[in-house]
Formats: sequence, structure tokens, C-alpha cells
Amino acid sequence: MDRSSRKAWLYLLPAAALLAVFLVYPVIDVLIYSFEEGFNFASQTYWGVGLYNYSYVLHDPYFLQAVENTFVLVIITVPVSTTLALAISAALASIKPLRSLYQTIYFLPYVTNTLAVGLVFMVLFQKTEYTDGLVNLMLEWFGAGPIDFINGPHWAKMFVLCFYTIWVVMPFKILVLTGALASVNPDYYKAARVDGTSRARIFFRITLPMISPMLVYLVITGFIGAFKAYSDAVSLFGTDLNAAGMNTIVGYVYDMLYGDSGGYPSYASAAAIILFVIVLTITCINLLISRRVSGEGGVHIQ
Amino acid sequence: MNIKLEGLTKRFPARDKRSGGEVTAVDSLTFEVPDGTLVGLLGPSGCGKSTTLNMICGLEAPSEGRIFFGEEDVTAAPPELRGVGMVFQNYALYPHLTVLQNITFPLENLKGDKKLSKAEMRRRAVETARLVQIENLLDRKPRELSGGQQQRVAIARALVKTPRVLLLDEPLSNLDARLRLQTREEICKIQRATGITTVFVTHDQEEAMSISDRIVVMKDGVLMQQGEPQQVYDDPASLFVAKFLGTPPINVFAGQVKAGRLYLEGSGAPVLDTPGVPEGPVWAGIRPEGFVPDTAGPVCCGLNRVEVLGRDVSIVCTHPACQADTIRAIIPSRSLVNGADNTVHFALKPDKVFLFDRETETRLPFAPPGAES
Repeated sequence: MDRSSRKAWLYLLPAAALLAVFLVYPVIDVLIYSFEEGFNFASQTYWGVGLYNYSYVLHDPYFLQAVENTFVLVIITVPVSTTLALAISAALASIKPLRSLYQTIYFLPYVTNTLAVGLVFMVLFQKTEYTDGLVNLMLEWFGAGPIDFINGPHWAKMFVLCFYTIWVVMPFKILVLTGALASVNPDYYKAARVDGTSRARIFFRITLPMISPMLVYLVITGFIGAFKAYSDAVSLFGTDLNAAGMNTIVGYVYDMLYGDSGGYPSYASAAAIILFVIVLTITCINLLISRRVSGEGGVHIQ
Repeated sequence: MNIKLEGLTKRFPARDKRSGGEVTAVDSLTFEVPDGTLVGLLGPSGCGKSTTLNMICGLEAPSEGRIFFGEEDVTAAPPELRGVGMVFQNYALYPHLTVLQNITFPLENLKGDKKLSKAEMRRRAVETARLVQIENLLDRKPRELSGGQQQRVAIARALVKTPRVLLLDEPLSNLDARLRLQTREEICKIQRATGITTVFVTHDQEEAMSISDRIVVMKDGVLMQQGEPQQVYDDPASLFVAKFLGTPPINVFAGQVKAGRLYLEGSGAPVLDTPGVPEGPVWAGIRPEGFVPDTAGPVCCGLNRVEVLGRDVSIVCTHPACQADTIRAIIPSRSLVNGADNTVHFALKPDKVFLFDRETETRLPFAPPGAES
């Protein structure tokens, strides 16, 4: 090893040490736990090594429900929130007066506590003995019957969870996209105007490719964030998510460790590893697609 | 296409309320660009020349005044209906599109009966690319091209719609010196080949002088002078124009006119007969080539150094009345001046000396002695 690379390793050491202790070691540990069958927390013993934990988790209806919920959440919220954020940012970029006011308003959810927001959503959506909730009052104007969004049918609860998630993740996306839009050199738009390009074509042929690196970043982090959803569900439906049928994969892991049915680190580890594999796969697919798209005319992601 | 600007004015609202007042970027500009000519809009930065170009293009709406393309009043027309092609200073090539896609882009916007087939678009794009000699780069992305090549792509994109008018904003300022010389000839050649009426903006007088059929000199939004480059150079209307044109720049002296003769301040002998100029203080501008070494000459300067430039010789010297630290004189041969001397004497060529009013800085014409005989 020559001197300069030794120096480089020295500079990398603090970060590498922290990563090793708090990330690499736990991941390996979780992987080991997930293969230890019949692990006893009190005696720290186990009676075998194998795939039983995975088999148990994959046959657990609560886990399957959690996987289904998580996938529905991801598939709905990521495209909807990204598209909406793009539309709002584009609208913000095209107005001059009150722009900073609107920017502040759109950014407010980002600095608001998740649980507090959850409480507000409960007030809006929950049906109690005293009131049907604001949303139901509005539905009744249109002649739709009251729906119990918090304790009612699964689709209604899913709707609230998606609505809530989209509302929470949008501000950051708007912030990033507003910045990306502002960084596009206005000369491109001038050149396009001289050539008589329609507004729609300017947006799709010039603006979108120019900000595509930021969009890819938002989609990838959006997928990862949505797969890790947990606190949103808790803030809306309480801690017993299995009973509500609204558990997520992370929620399942937590329940297996500390919940009322908890005390099973092996099952929790197996579920966590499954989640890890899912997220890794989706992220790789995302990157592959964005590479291919950029090869056909998008901007390269560096 | 003949372009006519009539009293064109552009006022921008004040950026800062406290400083107050609007900014007048262009002030009642009136000039004409004859059909098929190459006209250079010339002036220091911030003089409103780019704003003028944007108004001709239709990107900015004038506050007052009118713009005609031929007989047609295009003042209120949007850019796409004017039939203009524009080359931006930074070229504004779409980085995610190939050269071919960039050149085809304007054609894809055509609608209705002007709509072209894919093959026709490609044919026109390739034809235009051939005109600017980039037909071998069609599959590249802009970032893979040199500055000069990018510029050609930008020109091709502006020309592909066969516009009535070609507008270039500082076309050469992003190129290095060698490329600049080559590209300005290229622009001139393309303009001659297509015969398209072209307006370009520059702050570089040499650039404007070398390729323009006519130049329009602006300062603070006001037209200072227009005409053929040589004519403007030989007959500047004001001290500003005289100072702005020419490399090396004109030498400006504080002088006095007494009884039809020019005296430089701080020296007793008259240096030139200037019949017809009223008495009083003046600025005397003397072109570098207006100095003739002459041991009996009336202008006595302190000699700093002699620079041999190959074709001619540049004398760097000083004079108390000169407004700059040094004077530059260009003479044809080295043997005329002894570099070891401390002083050098010059006579002046009357047609290279211009007098300007000390207050208004406008030209005070005089008939050069001998002109009438």
C-alpha cells in the first residue's frame, strides 16, 4: 500500500468505524439471528440453524397482510406524491406574486410532528358517537353515506393512510423540485419560445429531462421511505396494527420484538431481512430503468 | 427582409423600490437594417444592445415604438410568428438531445399545413448541418462538442426554419481567440451564402468592424452613430464613438483652439491648423496612425519604448496633455525613431485628428488644410 492510499484510508477511518459498528455489524447480526431456530432470549440459546424462521414469517397471515399493506402504500403514494409535487412545483415556478408565501405553506407539513398530524387526520376522518367527522360531513353533502375511515372497511383505512402519507412526503419533494426547476437555465426556455414550442412540449421535452436526475432521486428515496412506513400507521390507527389490519412490514418487525405478541427476535430478524431484500431489489430495478431511460435521451445520473 | 425600428424604447421597473425610478434600457432607438445585410449592434456592456435584440426577436415587448419587418408591423407579434432565428450567447443547446435532435427541434413545432414529415425534417436538418459543416457530428450530444462546434449547431438550429431574420447575441464571446477569428469569418460566409438579414450584438469593436456591412454604436440605450464600419471609424460623431472604435484606441488630449489653430495643453506651439473651429477648450483625439515621426514636428513626447510588431512599429510615449498614461503611435518603419532617445517628435495627419467639444463631447468638424485646394 503506498503512502497516499494509506492516508486516504486514514481519513476514511472515522466514518468507516461508525458504519461498521452501527450498520454493518447489526446487519450481519440480524442475518445470523434470522437463521437461528428456537432462539431463547433469556438463555441466549438456540437449538438449530435453518430456514424455519423464514418459513414461519412467510406463512404468518399478519406478515402477509403487512406485506400487502406496504406494497399498496408504496405503489399508490410514490407515483401520486411525485406527480402532484411536480405539478405544484411547476405551478409555483410560473407564478410571481405570493410565491414565497405558497412555498412556506407547502413546506409546513414537513416541520410538523407526525403524531400531531395523525391526530388532525383522525379528527378529520374519524366517525364517533358524537360526530361523523369533517370528511363525512362533506361526503353527506354529495349524498354519500358516512364511512368509518379509522375503524371501518380496509379500503377506507388504506385510503386514509395513503392520503396521509402523500400529504406528509410532498413538502420535501416540492422543495427539491422547486430548486431543480429554478436551476434550469432560462435561455433554454427562451430558445424554445423563439422556435414556437408549445408550453406542454417545453415541459415534457425540455423541463422534464433537465430535472430528471432529481426526479429519479425522489422516486428512489420515495420507494425506500414508503417501504419503511410505520409511524404513519401508528399515528392513525394506534399501536395494535395487527388487530386493525393496517400493519406494515416495519410494524410487524417491531411487534415481533416488543409488541404484545413479541419476544421473537428470530422472526423479527427474518422479516427485516425480507424487507431488506425487497428494498434492495426495487432500488436496483429503479436504477436500471432510469439508466435505460437516460440512455434514450434523459440526463445521466452521476 | 428589411428591418426597421422606430422610436424603440424599453423601460424596466426599478428592481429596488428605495432607489426609485425606472431603468430605461433602450431609449427611442431608430435605425434600419437593409435587406440581406449583416449589421453589428455595438456598445459597452449594459448599453441596451441585447435588450434591443430581444425586442427584435420578440422575447421582450417594447415599452414604446414599433418594429417593422419589411412592411409588416411585428411589434406585437410573438417570436414564432416573426420568422426569426436566434443564437444565444451560451448557445442554449438542449443538453439531453443529440445534435440532430437539437436541429430538428424547431421543425417539430410546426403545425397545420406547415407540418413536415419525419424524412423531410431530417433532410432539412442534414442540409442545414452541411451548410455549417457539422454533418459528421449529428449523433453527438452537445457536451461532446467543442465551443466552436456547439456554436455551429446553434446557428444550424436557428437557420433550419429558414427564418427571415437571423439574430446572434454575442456570438463569439464564449470562444478562445484563435477560434474567434475563424468563427467570425464562418458567420460572415454563412450570411453571404444564405443572404439572410442578420443582426448581431457584440461589445468587441474589432469583431463588429471586421464582419459587419453596417455597425450601430449604442451607449446607455441611445444610438450614438450608425454607418459602414470604415465610415464610422473615419468620421466619428462623438468622443465616445472615437474612443470605442479602433485598436489600439485613439489617444485623447486636452487642447485649446485659438485663432483656428490647435494647441495641446502644456505646450506653447500650435500643432495643427483647424480652420472653422470656434475658439475654446476641446478634446483632441488622435488615431495611433495619425502620428508621423518628424524631428521638426510640433508634438514632443517622452519616449518610453519602441515595440516591433512585425508589420509595423508601435511607439509608446507620454505627453502631459494626454488623458491616458501613455500614448500609442503606430508608424510603418522602425528606422524613423531612435529607441535610445528620450523624446520623440511627431507631425500629425490632419484626417486622423478629431476635435470634440469639451462639454458636449460632440465632434467639431474642420476642413483639413489642403483639402480645399
